Amino acid sequence: MTDTTTAVLLPDAATQTSAPARVQERRVANRLGDGARSLVRRPGLLLAFAVLAVALVAALWPTILTSGDPYAAVPAERMQAPSAQHLFGTDQLGRDLYTRVVHGSALSLSSAALAVVFGLSTGSLVGLVAGFFGGWADSALMRFVDVLLAIPGILLSLAMITALGFGTINVAIAVGVGSVASCARIMRSQVLSVRTSDYVEAAIAGGATRWRVLVRHILPNSAAPVLVLAALDLGGAILAVSSLSFLGFGVQPPTPEWGALVAQGRDYLATAWWLTALPGLTVVATVLAANHIARSLDSERKYAR
Amino acid sequence: MPRYLLARVGQAVLVLWAAFTITFLILYALPGDAVSLLLGEDGENNLTAEQLDAVRVQYGLDLPLYQQYLNRLGGLLTGDLGMSYASNRPVADLIAEAIPQTAQIAFAGLALGVTLGAAIAIAATYTRFAWLSRLLTAIPPLGVAVPSFWLGLMLLQVVSFRYGLLPAMGNEGLASVVLPAVTLAIPNAATVAQLLNKGLESTLGQPYIETARAKGASRRRVHLRHALRNAALPTLTLAGLMVGGVLGGSVVTETVFSRAGLGRLTATSVSARDVPTVLGIVVIAAALYVVVNLIVDLVYPLVDPRVVTARRRTPIGRATAAIPTPEGAST
Repeated sequence: MTDTTTAVLLPDAATQTSAPARVQERRVANRLGDGARSLVRRPGLLLAFAVLAVALVAALWPTILTSGDPYAAVPAERMQAPSAQHLFGTDQLGRDLYTRVVHGSALSLSSAALAVVFGLSTGSLVGLVAGFFGGWADSALMRFVDVLLAIPGILLSLAMITALGFGTINVAIAVGVGSVASCARIMRSQVLSVRTSDYVEAAIAGGATRWRVLVRHILPNSAAPVLVLAALDLGGAILAVSSLSFLGFGVQPPTPEWGALVAQGRDYLATAWWLTALPGLTVVATVLAANHIARSLDSERKYAR
Repeated sequence: MPRYLLARVGQAVLVLWAAFTITFLILYALPGDAVSLLLGEDGENNLTAEQLDAVRVQYGLDLPLYQQYLNRLGGLLTGDLGMSYASNRPVADLIAEAIPQTAQIAFAGLALGVTLGAAIAIAATYTRFAWLSRLLTAIPPLGVAVPSFWLGLMLLQVVSFRYGLLPAMGNEGLASVVLPAVTLAIPNAATVAQLLNKGLESTLGQPYIETARAKGASRRRVHLRHALRNAALPTLTLAGLMVGGVLGGSVVTETVFSRAGLGRLTATSVSARDVPTVLGIVVIAAALYVVVNLIVDLVYPLVDPRVVTARRRTPIGRATAAIPTPEGAST
């Protein structure tokens, strides 16, 4: 591996790179190679990426995975168990469950993503301001965050829903509020450690404005752990969104969404197991994959340091 | 110590007050007319303007926001949580009636979760078979990924409907507690197992473990007496989180199992947008979290003497990163 890299680099005499730059390039090449090789060595991680990729395709281009209409009811084919023709079976109106699950992933995943983005941006902002400005702003904001942590996440979300009303966007915001506190804490601790580093002092000494120091130096250097946390939050957000949909606070039937599909199948639990089991299994697989990737990222980052 | 105790209790009260205030602001200050929530759109249209005003006065909604806030806060101090919009009964009564149902499954769920989680972590680190250890450490991430509403429904399907072993729903008797308790226990068991597994692995690498082995202590003794005692301490700090998790989990679990407890009351109150009831439940849950954390903070130095010195230096915050020493395991 190393030999081939050097071999590629050396003949290129016209742009003879300096020694440190060559080492740098070799390192990058090695890291890419390592990444690919470790993926092959870890079939679990590969599988997780595959599952998440399928879920993403289902969310973005559902027609690739199914040509059916999620609302098309065929009364003659009501309540059929899973078969080659209907992979996930059919529901009480004769709608194909597989098609509905595929089309449901768009709402489930986009709500979860919106929740994570909302929690991430709000929490980061709070942590950034608290860590950078310090003093009373810091104490006030962090006490506020402590209080948010004292309310169980789902109850905080439910209070938000009571105030905002039902619907997928409200559910996403309500779930996002739950992760504001942990994001704020991590962002703050990062900012505190980055703020005292040499390059920040150099930037200040060089006459950079506060705003420039904050945006150009502190933010990019404290973002990594918060982004890993966001990845870790995604699985939890998918679970929370589907739970709130299951309770009936998200989409209204007949719109397909994973949690809502389980809720609709609940009435036929004794006679048609597939109506609850299979949409639920889809959630389990997606969350498992998202969590696995996030944890691998996290340990990779800790290992790299 | 008494001074520390006083400061810590004061801090807990402050957190509780702030939690109440934040929830109040979320529920009362966000847009939306409380009267239309109270009566529903049809109810609002059927009443005259005077009647609507009368309803506002009845619930104190005609007052300015700060006045409503002070009234609620004053009521809270005397145990009055206001009147429910949905059932027109005192919120305190509704909650008091619901608590026993939830307490049963919550206690059972916590006990089962801690036992199961500890058993998995101990077995995973104790076994000499690498494959078994790998299998056991692979279970907790699965437990975290399973939505509890789905887990509850699957248990219902298999245990109650297919084999008819346990009742599918209701509040009566011990048998009705089992399935909801298992549903609540799984996420907790997964969390406990992950934390304890990590703790055991790092503790087993400590020099004092080596010493104990060198002295000829049996494998089981080293594992259960020397390592477990030190590794189990940090799990104590999970207590507040777990109580909160069980309360939150009861919303879904009681809906699945049609159990008339606090969680079901929460779900129906949110559906009906019954603002005072939701506020009351959130305050009760926050109070429980604050109290449990207070107890953990006060008990921690008693079970782990090493924490005391660290605590004197930093009065606020939990000193969990204590260094394991031989004294902790010599008994």
